[in-house]
Amino acid sequence: MTPAMNTIADGGAVHAAGQSSSAAPVVEVLSVEKTYPNGTRALEPVDLTVRDGEFVTLLGPSGCGKSTLLKMIAGLAAPSDGRILWWRHGADAVGAPGRKLSMVFQEATLMPWARVHRNARLPLDLAGVERAAAGRAVSEALALVGLEKFSQSYPRELSGGMQMRVSIARSLVTEPNLLLMDEPFGALDEITRNRLDSDLLALWAKKRLTVMFVTHSIYEAVFLSTRVVVMSARPGRILREVAIDEPFPRGEAFRVSQQFAMYCRELSELLAVASASGASDD
Amino acid sequence: MTPLVRNPRILRVVAPLAVGIALLALWQVLVTAYQVPKYLVPSPVLVAQTLVEDWGLLSKSLLVTLKITFFAFFAAVVVGTLVAFLFVQSRWIEMSLFPYAVLLQVTPIVAIAPLIIIWVKDTQTALTLCATIIAIFPIISNTTLGLRSVNPGLANLFRMNRATRMQTLVRLRIPSALPYFFGGLRIASGLALIGAVVAEFVAGTGGHGAGLAYQILQAGFQINIPRLFAALFLITVTGVLLFLLMVWLSRLALGNWHESELVPET
Repeated sequence: MTPAMNTIADGGAVHAAGQSSSAAPVVEVLSVEKTYPNGTRALEPVDLTVRDGEFVTLLGPSGCGKSTLLKMIAGLAAPSDGRILWWRHGADAVGAPGRKLSMVFQEATLMPWARVHRNARLPLDLAGVERAAAGRAVSEALALVGLEKFSQSYPRELSGGMQMRVSIARSLVTEPNLLLMDEPFGALDEITRNRLDSDLLALWAKKRLTVMFVTHSIYEAVFLSTRVVVMSARPGRILREVAIDEPFPRGEAFRVSQQFAMYCRELSELLAVASASGASDD
Repeated sequence: MTPLVRNPRILRVVAPLAVGIALLALWQVLVTAYQVPKYLVPSPVLVAQTLVEDWGLLSKSLLVTLKITFFAFFAAVVVGTLVAFLFVQSRWIEMSLFPYAVLLQVTPIVAIAPLIIIWVKDTQTALTLCATIIAIFPIISNTTLGLRSVNPGLANLFRMNRATRMQTLVRLRIPSALPYFFGGLRIASGLALIGAVVAEFVAGTGGHGAGLAYQILQAGFQINIPRLFAALFLITVTGVLLFLLMVWLSRLALGNWHESELVPET
């Protein structure tokens, strides 16, 4: 981190990797493992701490349990053993102001029968937020993802990238502190994906979010993260954590820099090890 | 070609209409040319004449059949939807009861109609009941399928946002089920009419509450074939109008978003 970074007004420097070790933990995964009822072992005991303001990416081959881990952190699945703490508390604490969690799924998962603004408003509707306040939050979220002009459109009228933006807007309306993203841009073309990655970093800095991101793209992991957690398959486990010690904001120049290539190579070598252990299956 | 003919919307109406007119004309020509007796095959013109002359009799019967059809359809939709809601409450309920819904579907109505007519005193009610039994199955099976066909991602989203059972039902399950429900509606509307006609054939009741099926039976006995054709024509038109009504309703409800109702742009 360079001293100059501290002067960035939007708080980008606060997010830099070097400071995160002192920040408060947002998620603590304590010897969490997952075995499915049919006996499949999806995850060996895993320990992981994500601190406030971090952008942590789980990277690994398919079947390494990265999505399973994220789902358990989202509360959508229960660990077979071990514990997860959110803001140093149990699951009951999630949802209070300052301890809100949102998730973005692999697909946009929009309601096809509802217009964009109603899709984005859904979490607020379900929470019983009053209409005018909800409307303001939705307008703001749609503006953040650059879709204010499309609030009256139906999802089918939008491109895949735009649908994903609606999905992100929907995850932002509740003003979450922790954002979980499960391969959100995996189905998009590379150009769209790169643009959404850049926009996501801007959002992360502006909203001072903590993000946990799942991907199997090395480039995406290096570009986005303050820290990359490399996972290995069969059984799923954490192989290594790699801090991406590069300043924010990261632009297109970073993608073609020497450091970027170095990190990619390091992760790629780790992934080769990770995939070798699971080669029997694919 | 003129632009009018190239317009797909107009073509969609004009093309089948032209086929119909051509077939009717052919029918008229053949019947006249070969001097087919009217007690075998009446000409379209004669059928139209009979329709006008016997309108007093036929319209009353049409009204009876329509009443049975609509009541049966209405009952099938209400009861069928309620049963579907019951089924999706738990797998246990569905597993225990679904075979009996199938039983209802596979038992020929012609076989149980006499029983129902014996058990139920009022003939109109008995006929409506028969038609309802025939029409209800597609509503039950389609709506159940629809209520279960929820996008798993959306279901997770609702869970994460701690949606209540009621919120999930109203905001997720019911909208997801609508396309299936309307598919069931289309089938059920036709089946309600078929049920009304078949049940009346079995009951064979005349007098004040005589429906179109009774007119067909009577016309057959009296070898009044033009009237038979006229009654048949009314049943067919009723069926087509019912179908179109369902298509219109479905478009009204799904037109904005569902793939099945989207008009191709090219």
